[in-house]
Amino acid sequence: MAAEREDIPAMKRLVAFCFVLVTACADPRSLHAQVTYERIRHAAQEPQNWLTYSGSYSGQRHSGLDQINTENVKSLVPKWVFQSAALGKWEATPLVVDGILYGTAQDNRTFALDAQTGRPIWEYQYILPSDIRPCCGRVNRGFAILGDKLYFATLDAHVVALDARTGAVVWNVAAIDYRKGYSFTMAPLAVKNMIIVGVSGGEYGTRGFVEAYDAASGERKWRFYSTPGPGEPGHETWEGDSWKIGGAPAWITGVFDPATNQLFWTTGNPAPSNRAAQRLGDNLYSNSLLAFDVDSGKLNWYFQYTKHDEHDWDATQVPVMVDLDGKKLIAHANRNGFFYLIDRTNGKLLFSKPFAHVTWSTEKDAEGRPLATKDSSPTLKGNRVCPGAAGSTNWMSPSFDPQTKLFYVTAREQCDVFSTAPQEFEEGHAYYGSAYFPSDEALPYWGALRAIDPLTGERKWEWKHVTPSWSGVLSTAGGLLFTGDSEGNVIALDEASGKALWHFQMGGAVYAAPMTFAVDGKQYVAIAAGSSLFAFGLP
Amino acid sequence: MVRAAVLLSARDVFPQSQLSRWLLSGCFVFVFLLLVSGMVSAQEKNPFADDAKSVKLGESQFRINCAFCHGLGARGGGRGPDLTRAQKKHGHTDEELYHTINEGVPGTAMPANGTTGQGVGMTAEEVWEVIAYIRSVEKKTAVTGNATKGDALFHGAAGCATCHMVNGKGGRLGPELSSTGAARSVDSLVESVRNPSQRLAWGLIESTKEFPQEYLSVNVETADGQKFSGVVLNQDNFTLQMMDMREQIHVLEKGKLKTCEISRESRMPAYDSKTLSDSELQDIIAYLVSVSVK
Repeated sequence: MAAEREDIPAMKRLVAFCFVLVTACADPRSLHAQVTYERIRHAAQEPQNWLTYSGSYSGQRHSGLDQINTENVKSLVPKWVFQSAALGKWEATPLVVDGILYGTAQDNRTFALDAQTGRPIWEYQYILPSDIRPCCGRVNRGFAILGDKLYFATLDAHVVALDARTGAVVWNVAAIDYRKGYSFTMAPLAVKNMIIVGVSGGEYGTRGFVEAYDAASGERKWRFYSTPGPGEPGHETWEGDSWKIGGAPAWITGVFDPATNQLFWTTGNPAPSNRAAQRLGDNLYSNSLLAFDVDSGKLNWYFQYTKHDEHDWDATQVPVMVDLDGKKLIAHANRNGFFYLIDRTNGKLLFSKPFAHVTWSTEKDAEGRPLATKDSSPTLKGNRVCPGAAGSTNWMSPSFDPQTKLFYVTAREQCDVFSTAPQEFEEGHAYYGSAYFPSDEALPYWGALRAIDPLTGERKWEWKHVTPSWSGVLSTAGGLLFTGDSEGNVIALDEASGKALWHFQMGGAVYAAPMTFAVDGKQYVAIAAGSSLFAFGLP
Repeated sequence: MVRAAVLLSARDVFPQSQLSRWLLSGCFVFVFLLLVSGMVSAQEKNPFADDAKSVKLGESQFRINCAFCHGLGARGGGRGPDLTRAQKKHGHTDEELYHTINEGVPGTAMPANGTTGQGVGMTAEEVWEVIAYIRSVEKKTAVTGNATKGDALFHGAAGCATCHMVNGKGGRLGPELSSTGAARSVDSLVESVRNPSQRLAWGLIESTKEFPQEYLSVNVETADGQKFSGVVLNQDNFTLQMMDMREQIHVLEKGKLKTCEISRESRMPAYDSKTLSDSELQDIIAYLVSVSVK
């Protein structure tokens, strides 16, 4: 479909320019135009806005804006800073619609800002109970927008709709009892008239799911459990009743292919994460890519990256839709260290290849899937395996630039000692069954942003981080990549060479991915660091 | 099972009004008293002391909740003290250990039970199991050296104080060592003296926790030809903060340097047994342990 094509940059730039022109004249900040499904579907046609977590349904985290480019990026300056006044990791990507920025921060704080000045229009603090069960901090990754409402999902497992103009709660639905170990951290995805979410809780012996709500009413349309019950295909991949507490959460925002009406969503680790003694079998659909009919929630096909995982290698990375060589594909750099290229029409693997240091697999099965070596399992004494539990990458968003045709991913180089810690299951109580430790070795962890040719898995260049970064990547039509690091820098790299062209010290570690937008014809780049959201622009 | 962590975090849910705060705290005190009377949560002695099954369960809980900092086997890790020591810096009785685990140690990296953002914490039973496990791995006679002799060596003939500070006395080119004796196992202290490059200054490498001050060695030459040798205090991709051998701090932009060589070969000389005998080394370790347990 024309709107999804990415091979006509000149045309796209023209369209973008016209949009900026039109919206600039009309003072977009007073328009309150509805964000329709059609607008989200054609998000590339309005690059001044950022309408979904990854910028568009493709998951590419790529922007057609090119006002900030390789020539002038060196003069980029901070334009404003917004402080969340909360501690902990700020992992969210904000949305921008017609001059207004909508964001979430730690502790389920939410806000709307003038995107040009950073001045708050409203702020809404969702009140969390004291006994929530987050796995890894009081984090949230952002809003979805549809019509005149914003949608976010909470650490006490609610899905909430807010009025975009006031921040007032329109509806608030409890998806499931958080006391059993469930929570939400991802940004929802708005498709048609539905709000789609995936649950967190792989550390509590929960039963993962992906589900869709009616955007207007909050009524649940469908739910797909990622561990199949009796009589369902895949049930046989679980030992006994282990499917009931088998984890396989779905805590990163998926992507949507309007051409085939398919929703792609990834899942996380089977529970308990590093001790597989009581869950023999492949443990479907943990660590998988799931392809759904978006209207019914019916599973069309699945691809499991790590069978019977014993190392907490969630496949919860944004699966990126790319169209190359006339093929409709999904590119996925997985936490387990392998890069996978998958045919998104049928789930067939084209190839897998390591993009980081891997010790757990030396052979592949007939389909080309990496197989775990026998001695990679955690032991009571401890067993050193690469990558470590945090993986070769993690939730940080990758990017694909349709102009360079390269895939960019934040990679981590780190090994861990995995050991078992036998534990009885108790509902609502952390259920790891395992422990991991930094590998006691002379060389420390490090990281890199890597440019990968998705058709071959070959590395084109890398930008080394002093310590592993948790920041995602944004590519722009200006020939730039933006990313952050754990030392507090936001960095602009030349896409062609991987050389740094600009950086700014923000004073706090980065756990978020950058995004870009334009207001009144001026491009900005925004990224959270520490407890602050920064927006940068040309002087 | 009522979780200790729920009780501990109850203060977070008190509403703003004074009246409801009084009422609520009254309720919590009442509930707490009920718990104390009939349960294992707040007693002076470990109900599971020396119980083999509890020790085993405690080992699992220790691995899950404590070992990331305190190390497998409780022998100390990057941040957490060696808990096989008979004397604990923050209190040694069952009651004190229970308190330390539940409340954390303010001003240190030791968090209160249930406040790590990871789970809801251990139950009272599980905390006692962990204490039973810690007791099972304690060594009663870990340190054999003479601390007074060690003091003299550290600040004299062995030259340690040239680069290391203890309680405000000594140099700055190496890590400050006032609390190292409590934090590290004897084995790891021996290794650091005999083979300092094997593993540089301990500290979690992940900058998610704190920045990793490893005292890497560095040699730089600036654009105008000045040369500095010393240790890295901090760095990122673009800047370097270093201390030279005369303890002068230099803040530098990496991109403007002619050369910048950073190495994992420690500035500290390796002390073999001819330079420092085994018994002298034990004396120095005894000194470090004595100053670290106040």
